[in-house]
Amino acid sequence: MSNSKGQTDMDRRAFIAKTAGAAAATLVAPGVFLHAVAADQEQAVTDRVRWGMLVDTGKCADGCTACVDACTTENGLPNHGRPATDPTWIRKVRVRDNFTGKETNLPLMCQHCEHPPCVDVCPTGASFKRADGIVMVDRHICIGCRYCMMACPYKARSFIHEDIEIKPTNAPRGKGCVESCNLCVHRLDNGQAMTACAEACANAGHNAIVFGDLKDPGSPVSQALQQLPSRQIRADLQLNTGVRYSGV
Amino acid sequence: MTSILYRIMALVLVAGLSAIAYGHDHADAVKGMGLEGTAKADALKACVRPTDWMRRNHMELIEHQRDLTVRQGIRVQKDSLANCVDCHARQDDKGQPVPVTAAGEFCQHCHGYAAVKPSCFQCHSTVPSPAATAQR
Repeated sequence: MSNSKGQTDMDRRAFIAKTAGAAAATLVAPGVFLHAVAADQEQAVTDRVRWGMLVDTGKCADGCTACVDACTTENGLPNHGRPATDPTWIRKVRVRDNFTGKETNLPLMCQHCEHPPCVDVCPTGASFKRADGIVMVDRHICIGCRYCMMACPYKARSFIHEDIEIKPTNAPRGKGCVESCNLCVHRLDNGQAMTACAEACANAGHNAIVFGDLKDPGSPVSQALQQLPSRQIRADLQLNTGVRYSGV
Repeated sequence: MTSILYRIMALVLVAGLSAIAYGHDHADAVKGMGLEGTAKADALKACVRPTDWMRRNHMELIEHQRDLTVRQGIRVQKDSLANCVDCHARQDDKGQPVPVTAAGEFCQHCHGYAAVKPSCFQCHSTVPSPAATAQR
């Protein structure tokens, strides 16, 4: 699957899917669209939804760590005071244009690629992409080899180096597995279509992170993507990321 | 010579009997920190399936649900491991939940006797979530 032919085939598939989707949309009723909502607890997730985000870096405040703190609390990330090895799902990055001196802040997390390199290299199939676009680690079969950490262009994954004392019910974890941002999958599965980071950013008054369904043209994230110029980080890799950035 | 032999045989017999008695005692009596009647399950007649079926097959149920949950996002509360823990964890005399893997508690009670380590709790919580505890 590493040749460029795969990309061409995927475009063809996307075209067929879009055509089928358009046909399905017109069947309901004129002017009426089926909006996908966060999944029912007992239903399997489908590819009618693709979760994603838009980060407006112009609104991301210097020195604010609301999203990082909210993620730590929500997912019970352990802090041993050793930043090199403590798990990090989201981190603030500051980029500087050396010519103009302009500095930009942005939160960087798993970009939830459509074609994730971490999934390509995983020897056990533990690293996988859910139907709704969330890239996750199935820690039941993760052997902790860390190939995915090497493959990720965004340095988004963390390895659990140490024994875990407090194991949150929402985010089980143990020593020896890799993990990363899962777009607060427990919230989405339980019907709450909002991640902890986006919520915290809004509560802090910045509204830099817009979360939603990229396939729903009426969702906040799709609306924002239509209005703002945005880009993928490392778009040259053609991963079609689910997290987009504006203002970088 | 024969009397020494008899004495040794008697000693072996006594040791064997006491081992059996201890094992039996260990499996039946619950000596954990959790108080009798403080688990939600104590008030119920049966688990999510008939009790004898659960004794043999609970691991199949948990493993099946685990793959459905992680891979497909199906979170049926009834068969979830979080629900097992929520229902079977007892409380101590201070009202704090006692881990289901603590000596004498629900999981460890049988798993210790059968010498089978439940690997669930390498990663999963052994006590109900704070939200579930607060609801009680």
